[in-house]
Amino acid sequence: MSSTPDPVDLDEHAPSFPERRKWFLIGASKAVSVPGIILCTAHVGFAGLAQEAGISMGLAVFMVLAIWALPGMVVLLGAVLSGAGLLAAAFAVALSSVRLTPMVVALVPEMRGPRTRRLTLYLLAHFVAVTSWVIAMETLRKVPRELRTSYYFGLGSILVLINMVVVALVYAVAPALPPAVVAGLFLLTPMYFLTSLWGSARETATYVAMLFGLVLGPLLHFVAPGFDLLGAGLLGGGIAYAVHLMQARRA
Amino acid sequence: MTIGSIDAWWWPYAFVLIAGWAMTYPWRAFGVFLGGRLRDDAEILVLVRSIATALVAAVVGNLICFPAGPAADTTLALRLAAALAGFAAYFFIGRKILIGIIVAEAVFGLGFYLGY
Repeated sequence: MSSTPDPVDLDEHAPSFPERRKWFLIGASKAVSVPGIILCTAHVGFAGLAQEAGISMGLAVFMVLAIWALPGMVVLLGAVLSGAGLLAAAFAVALSSVRLTPMVVALVPEMRGPRTRRLTLYLLAHFVAVTSWVIAMETLRKVPRELRTSYYFGLGSILVLINMVVVALVYAVAPALPPAVVAGLFLLTPMYFLTSLWGSARETATYVAMLFGLVLGPLLHFVAPGFDLLGAGLLGGGIAYAVHLMQARRA
Repeated sequence: MTIGSIDAWWWPYAFVLIAGWAMTYPWRAFGVFLGGRLRDDAEILVLVRSIATALVAAVVGNLICFPAGPAADTTLALRLAAALAGFAAYFFIGRKILIGIIVAEAVFGLGFYLGY
């Protein structure tokens, strides 16, 4: 469906390496921004939680690189903490990450130039998570189309790298921190998600899902530990969707 | 089979690769594959977003109710009060995530020193 590039794009020359490098660096510089800093605080929180959960520094850093989606990372951590098996943990992570698909769907047309290879897009897709997505959706239109992939590669890869370093640093300095500070780290992740989930909600169903999830998680933790996250997700999400359907019928 | 099932250095990494990477990357690749074919206001996505939101909210609820480490020594009342104060600050003062975090931490820090 994108096989007919527009004539203006055909006239463009293939970008040279210095041009690509320049836009890679411009993208990378966008990692240092307010959304970037908020993401870092969330990773500080994640590192604190991972450490309390008995995860090694190497493994926590590997989680950042391999998963690169805080909800997925925190859900996996939560599953490990409540003693879930591989299948239950995997299923919970998969459910928490479906939202990545529509994000990529929305980003691809913005990022793709007439000469962009499919493979480039598949590789860059790994960097899609809320922060880089928000920054990219805001700024990509100001980047020359042929160079958007270089720009996003810079932004995405540097964000991953910075946060891998942040997690490692927290592990390194945590033993020297006073207990009050270590205790305070635990709040970063809940606050990040409470506010960002609320802020990114598009429909009433999301608010309903949030409230039910908050209550059902701890409740099910007593009834069915190991199944608490999945149960709360499916039940809370199902109730929220039912509310959404009833609303639609009334409208 | 859990993360502690196999006593080998590589097993936790394999666990993360299977339960983490292999459960997230395919959703991203699927997005590239779909290209512009899926509209982001499609009805099925409301259900998808609802389940994902409830799941993450459940993690948040569990973190507040059952924290590990030094935070476990604080009272549930303090943790709830800090989270609520932070959320209220976020909600009423310009919807800024950083403000929510700062207020929650301030309330928590104060309560921690007062021994709650």
